[in-house]
Amino acid sequence: MPYDESDVLVYDSRRAPEAPDKHLRATSEAAWVRRSLIGIAVAFMLLVLVLPLALVFTEAFKKGFGVFLESLADRHALAAIRLTLLVAAIAVPLNLVFGVAAAWAIAKFEFKGKAFLTTLIDLPFSVSPVVSGLVYVLLFGAQGLLGPWLQANNIEIIFAVPGIVLATVFVTFPFVARELIPLMQAQGSGDEEAALSLGASGWQAFWRVTLPNIKWGLLYGVLLCNARAMGEFGAVAVVSGHIRGKTTTMPLHIEILYNEYNFAAAFAVASLLAMLALVTLVIKAVLEFRFGEELAATRRH
Amino acid sequence: MEIRVQNVRKEFSRYPALHDVSLGIRSGELIALLGPSGSGKTTLLRLIAGLETPTAGQIFFGDEDASSKSVQERNVGFVFQAYALFRNMTILENISFGLKVRPRATRPPKAEIRRRALELLDLVQLGGLDKRYPQQLSGGQRQRVALARALAIEPGVLLLDEPFGALDAQVRKELRKWLREIHDRTGHTTVFVTHDQEEALELADRLVVMSQGAIEQVGTPDEVYDRPNSPFVFGFIGESSSLPVEIENNEVWSGGRAIGLPASDIAAGPAQLWFRPHDVELVEDGAALAGVVVASRRVGGTRRVELEIGGDRQRVEVDLPFDHPAGEKTRIAFRPRRWRLYPAKG
Repeated sequence: MPYDESDVLVYDSRRAPEAPDKHLRATSEAAWVRRSLIGIAVAFMLLVLVLPLALVFTEAFKKGFGVFLESLADRHALAAIRLTLLVAAIAVPLNLVFGVAAAWAIAKFEFKGKAFLTTLIDLPFSVSPVVSGLVYVLLFGAQGLLGPWLQANNIEIIFAVPGIVLATVFVTFPFVARELIPLMQAQGSGDEEAALSLGASGWQAFWRVTLPNIKWGLLYGVLLCNARAMGEFGAVAVVSGHIRGKTTTMPLHIEILYNEYNFAAAFAVASLLAMLALVTLVIKAVLEFRFGEELAATRRH
Repeated sequence: MEIRVQNVRKEFSRYPALHDVSLGIRSGELIALLGPSGSGKTTLLRLIAGLETPTAGQIFFGDEDASSKSVQERNVGFVFQAYALFRNMTILENISFGLKVRPRATRPPKAEIRRRALELLDLVQLGGLDKRYPQQLSGGQRQRVALARALAIEPGVLLLDEPFGALDAQVRKELRKWLREIHDRTGHTTVFVTHDQEEALELADRLVVMSQGAIEQVGTPDEVYDRPNSPFVFGFIGESSSLPVEIENNEVWSGGRAIGLPASDIAAGPAQLWFRPHDVELVEDGAALAGVVVASRRVGGTRRVELEIGGDRQRVEVDLPFDHPAGEKTRIAFRPRRWRLYPAKG
């Protein structure tokens, strides 16, 4: 006899399954504990991270958009922006090459002093930037080790652009290398050996196999390196000499403006740097979202 | 191509990985380097490929001394355990890589490269997957692509480093058969490394059994299995049991009694008796080895029992028919049908 499907459901005596999360939750803390912990974390982040960033932008636009633009169009501000871009344009490619070379050597070869080299790469992270700057002053300054020779040959390093570039290169050296070493170590040298056994030359193996394998990690490292190169204050402050319009980078320019109580201008330039940080973060997030697997081998900073 | 390894020695930071190894590989044969981990088999393979350089000794490809040649110049096809496929390239690009990187003078035209790569893809039964990326293939498929890639450069010799080591048992068995077919069809001299004796016995024309950086025995699967020349080979290849015995009056003695095995070409004194658990006969009376069952387990169509023999409780394993009534503490008397005697060490 044909029967209605709804009848069957009526006589179904099985109980509806319980909500699964009741038994599957990994932690057993009470709800109020969880909420207050999350609340503390969020409040802390708002206070320490978000609030200052928001303040930078509100201060920058406090006196209106006109003042904001005026401060940026200022002769010295433009010079500072140009110098910052120039320094980054020199330091980042240099560290890209150094970083790839160092990571390549450390990850793919065994040699004496490898541990020492690895430690050396981390040195700029552990040394205070001011100290790194001072080292260059001691080395190249007028009273420094190479000072007299440099003066005799009319070469300016300290209190000039070359000094700023050197200090920036030093401080930002680890970013690319540190990003690549764990990645390349995790990948091993099997792919390169395969390429060589197939007849590729060393260069062909590097361009066609190694580089594509590390490209996203490399981009990530370059991004971080660039953000730091543009934002570096301590080391650059020591070697720059604060010659307005000549050797002040953006961070130094901001400090000068701030010390002159020119807050609107200081925050206007600062907002540019903050924008750079935000853009870096966004690109980083996009990279992680798209290529998380390839980046997973690298340590986070 | 014929390969000769002559007195090769390899040290890694002064730790020897291979001591004075010599080996002749015949043209067109499929030969297995077999041994436990740390036996130096992979090192030997990498030395042949040119991925490592010997500390001493020479390697000849045909009559040519290849020792000083780079890996690129040796023209070997190398297949890695971890596949080592280029993940940024499609399957087709992977296979054509070796041809594409050739200098212009010897590089075939684009269409020809493509044609050959597609042909190889068919050979490894992966036709139609040319546009996929390695990550989209299963382990077995990846290893087939790796083989096709190695074959694309028309290598003089094909070297495989534990090619099926990362695959599950079922796939491994299929690929084994398939590799044999490819070898028979293409006729490449092929050397492969494995720690899986079953794989080596089934696949290879000859086996090279290695241990602790030296070659223990070279021979056909039958020779190595039936006439192992050292206790190590006997114990490493196939199932085995061993027992300390005495040799006296050209006979084997155990626990002060002769056990009915003649011993002609071995000096009197202590020795080690080796036999296969499945190669024994149960005896009712007469001279034999006797022991008490201490453990038993079902292995395929037979029952394998562990026997405790004599006062010093030496344990050996023998196979009984699965319906044999033996239980715990049952006394069993047996004689190996085939056996080997090796002088006791020291």
